[in-house]
Amino acid sequence: MIDTPDDEAGIVSAIRAAADAGEPVLVQGRGTKLGMLRPVQAARSLSTRNLTGITLYSPKELIVSARAGTTIKDLEATLASGGQHLIAEPPDLSGLLGEGEQSVGGVVATNLSGPRRVAWGAMRDHVMGVRAVNGAGEAIRSGGRVLKNVTGLDLCKLLGGSHGTLAVLTEITLKVLPAPELTGSLAFAVQGAEEGVRLLSAGLCSPYGVSGAAYLPAEAADRVPWLKGQGAMAIIRIEDFARSVEYRLGQLLAELGGTLLDDETSRAVWRAIRDVIPLRTEPGDAIWRVSVRPSNGPRALAAVTLAGGRGFLDWGGGLLWCAGSPDIHDSVRQAAIDGKGTWTVVRAPDGMRAAVEVLPSEPPALQRITRRVKAAMDPRGILNPGRMYAGL
Amino acid sequence: MIEQLEPKSGVLARKDAIVAGLRRLLPGDAVISESVRLKPYETDGLPAFRQVPLAVALPSTTEEVAAVLSFLHSEGVRVIPRGAGTSLSGGALPMADSVVVGMMRMNRIVDINYADRVATVQAGVTNIGITQAVAGDGFFYAPDPSSQLACMIGGNVGMNSGGAHCLKYGVTANNLLGLRIVTIEGEIIDIGGEYLDAAGFDWLGLLTGSEGMLAMVTEVTVRILRAPEGQRAMLVAFSSNEIAGSAVDAIIGSGIIPVALEFMDKPAIHACEAFAHAGYPLDAEALLIIEVEGCVAEQDDLLAQIAALCQPFEPISLRVSQSAAESLAIWKGRKGAFGAVGRISPDYLCMDGTIPTSQLPFVLRRIGEMSTQYGLGVANIFHAGDGNLHPLIMFDANEPGCFERAEQFGADILTLCVEVGGCLTGEHGVGVEKRELMKVQFTPIELDQQRRIKTAWDPEWLLNPSKVFPLPDRAALEAA
Repeated sequence: MIDTPDDEAGIVSAIRAAADAGEPVLVQGRGTKLGMLRPVQAARSLSTRNLTGITLYSPKELIVSARAGTTIKDLEATLASGGQHLIAEPPDLSGLLGEGEQSVGGVVATNLSGPRRVAWGAMRDHVMGVRAVNGAGEAIRSGGRVLKNVTGLDLCKLLGGSHGTLAVLTEITLKVLPAPELTGSLAFAVQGAEEGVRLLSAGLCSPYGVSGAAYLPAEAADRVPWLKGQGAMAIIRIEDFARSVEYRLGQLLAELGGTLLDDETSRAVWRAIRDVIPLRTEPGDAIWRVSVRPSNGPRALAAVTLAGGRGFLDWGGGLLWCAGSPDIHDSVRQAAIDGKGTWTVVRAPDGMRAAVEVLPSEPPALQRITRRVKAAMDPRGILNPGRMYAGL
Repeated sequence: MIEQLEPKSGVLARKDAIVAGLRRLLPGDAVISESVRLKPYETDGLPAFRQVPLAVALPSTTEEVAAVLSFLHSEGVRVIPRGAGTSLSGGALPMADSVVVGMMRMNRIVDINYADRVATVQAGVTNIGITQAVAGDGFFYAPDPSSQLACMIGGNVGMNSGGAHCLKYGVTANNLLGLRIVTIEGEIIDIGGEYLDAAGFDWLGLLTGSEGMLAMVTEVTVRILRAPEGQRAMLVAFSSNEIAGSAVDAIIGSGIIPVALEFMDKPAIHACEAFAHAGYPLDAEALLIIEVEGCVAEQDDLLAQIAALCQPFEPISLRVSQSAAESLAIWKGRKGAFGAVGRISPDYLCMDGTIPTSQLPFVLRRIGEMSTQYGLGVANIFHAGDGNLHPLIMFDANEPGCFERAEQFGADILTLCVEVGGCLTGEHGVGVEKRELMKVQFTPIELDQQRRIKTAWDPEWLLNPSKVFPLPDRAALEAA
């Protein structure tokens, strides 16, 4: 039985009741990402799916506020009506995690960002304000509805990516930007990841404002219709006013070579990359998201491939999406460590989720602080216990 | 004089032992305890408040910082982290029983990695120092606070500094990838690294802008960006604040996001022109500085579009910079605004609220009325794209009661900012200056929540303890 209050006061009562009973609560938005990280054992379940609706949209102030359960689809539609978009381009992972419309609260709580992250920041970078209910059932706010705010501790950042373990987000205010007039891309047939990432780096180190930079091995490229059958591909994207895009792609073409993709093709290809379509997965597979130093991406991909996994690189080589048998977890983990980065288990069989480190464990000195921050937000430890780390 | 927490008499009494302890940990010249040499550390960029600390420690390595904090923690001594001391909100104001731990000796660029577009520097490197280190290769570090020649990256992290170009490039928090920090217990922890998204809790985000209350930052990994092909500024003058505000709306509404969009009101125009001779039109009520980036053709294109968008608002003058030198002069006036106001008024207070941009005409009108009421002049500088308003309140500290009147005027302005949906501080931080006003923006529950997070990092409240939060209510404490 999932409790689905339709206002913040209902979330407050539900959490107070759970806190009084000392019973853990499985916190979710619209439940599309319940397969991420560790499974939560909880007597109660609380969803923000009925907290819906856009509460403020001021295009000229580049600001939108929505209740946490508002779907990303609805939010994007509203922004499109104002000629604007979500800057971090959050992925729709329903292909990996199962059908369902994700909520803005879920995307912020998991801090998931798409290809544009490499140039324009992560989901958490655009959260200007939140309302939330902590584990004591207290409604709190942080930030606001303006673009620049350093008043007090930034709990927007703390709650972003905290997977519902510190508080339940009830309303979120985001910075938004005008959607580009034109999207264009350059695709390069390459011999392998090293060559691919070198090209991506050249694009990202150019003055042309590259807003997407991915490398797809042949098998991954084959899953994207427009790139199919051409072997391994590196691809870079420019988004802006039409004349700027044409000029900059022309400069990059002259400097780096490659093949131009038009607006429609570019949008389709980058949507596929955003939604992790190039990653072939089998039903029993685990899926990881590995963030490394971009130039270490090719080595991390090679190590995962050698262990029997599959993957592709986004963010100029800095993001490795990979899949494979749960047995290769240690190899993925090691690849992340060798790449001086981190990993996140995005999907895995339940047994594996409970048994492995779904995130890198924190150093002991930080663990002590983490426990105290958790207690400061959720004194009875009832919100999504064990979701990120065993025992927390 | 600003109220501070009661000094710990035990710490004051043990000054010699504490200084001797520091001297065992650091080279002789890295510990300052003589009152004449402590004097420069008694204040920061908010010189109205002064307090000589117990001592100053100037470590050169993260390990020395760890040793110093561990020792001071064991002695129960309060710690004031300090970068260049440019805080405009009193963020580095010492306490009588505190040891200032200064970062100025940690001024080394550790690593520059162009392929991955990151640089790692020690906390005492200046903001401009990062850009200077990479500019020869065509790169830059984006956040550009007005104090960038002096302010240090460690302080930028502490205050989450902004600048004139954050409309496009974001503030400090949006340009960081990693931190090396030292906890009050003296533990060294690495947060994040040379990669975009760390898994787990966003400690990087929480620490940024935490005003030195959670940990000390000793090393910072930042994103460096390839510089655009070029940039150019234009000046557009209008006959009223309202009309200029409407022009800003029209520009943003068109889908153009200039890299900078700065607004000055009449007093600010006059002060800056007298200082910079940038050719600002003196008959205007409001002036916009608009900067765009790209190749020359892109600049021409965007500036022409913006000029066309401004035309319906009948600008008094509209001038597009014809050269890099002219753009520099235009910016010199804006970036020198604080100094310029300093030339026409014996003293000034620089406020830093943020408002919804749609509220600008109303807020400026109200500030004008308050200016008359308080009998104090005010010049307004405004990051128009992102709503960050800097009223500069002019006063004369030698006139009895004048400073208190200016302070009250400032508090009224910031209260107004909160009332119209904005906040107390957009980029300068709360420090000691806006501490008591936190009650205007936050409920007691929200303040307690933030305090509990501070306690989680610093259980004994030794790190910058009298900043950000309203001081405990004395009456309540005595009743308890």
